[in-house]
Amino acid sequence: MDATRSETAVTNDTRADRSSERELVVTRVFDGPARIVFDAWTKPELLMRWWAPKSFGITFLSCEADVRPGGTYKFVFGHPQTDEPMAFVGRYIEVEPYSRLVWTNEEGEEGAVTTVTFEERDGKTHLMLQDLYPSKEALDEAVASGSTNAYPEQFDALDALLKSLR
Amino acid sequence: MVQFPAQHVGPSFAALSDATRRGVLERLAREDASITELADTFQMTLTGMKKHVSVLEHAGLVVTEKVGRVRTCRLGDSRLEQEAAWIERYRQLWAARFDELDKVVEELIQKEKADGRNKK
Repeated sequence: MDATRSETAVTNDTRADRSSERELVVTRVFDGPARIVFDAWTKPELLMRWWAPKSFGITFLSCEADVRPGGTYKFVFGHPQTDEPMAFVGRYIEVEPYSRLVWTNEEGEEGAVTTVTFEERDGKTHLMLQDLYPSKEALDEAVASGSTNAYPEQFDALDALLKSLR
Repeated sequence: MVQFPAQHVGPSFAALSDATRRGVLERLAREDASITELADTFQMTLTGMKKHVSVLEHAGLVVTEKVGRVRTCRLGDSRLEQEAAWIERYRQLWAARFDELDKVVEELIQKEKADGRNKK
């Protein structure tokens, strides 16, 4: 990640990069203190309000999250393009209030470990999310399968991108 | 405007703008298939499917090889394009989530302020 660039970013742009052969990094700045942003990631009733964005056509069917080290989570979503509900499961490895969350993604065989850090500066929260795959091959496989974070269909967003490029 | 590395923008995007062609790529990501099999899967005529495959082939997303009377299709090597498109979808998912999260954060801050006032 280019640190100077994220420093100067005044807007709330979401940036994503394949920062190494087995990791993806997403960064974003939130206009609020870290304890509030952290709450929104760790309280199921708050998490449910933003994790399945309406613009992606995904709906939350259920959300269980025992947010403490060793605790498990299970998110179940519905999507109009599939009849089967999609379940995402894993375990929290590290939970450090207001600064760091680490969890596993265990719906597939070679799922990523997700680390989210919350860093407060001048009342804003600089968030960094990293998906670290067990190997280059595992991330390549995820890319080749076309699924993004295990969502089978997210091409609607690609359509939006295409329109913006025209 | 979406920031996108210029070298990754090419015929792939036009190729990906069609739902059937995206379906073909997903199908080929699982296993290679002949044009006939693809036509069957997507309930299209052979001619129609040949056209789609030719667009994908032109974009480097699919490679075809004729053995005997069967033309087999597999995913091409334009990994950079595929990867750039995938990362952009991944980014858009998080961007969409974070736009919703902004609203939750804003609401919590307002609530906290209101609670603070009530206590005074």
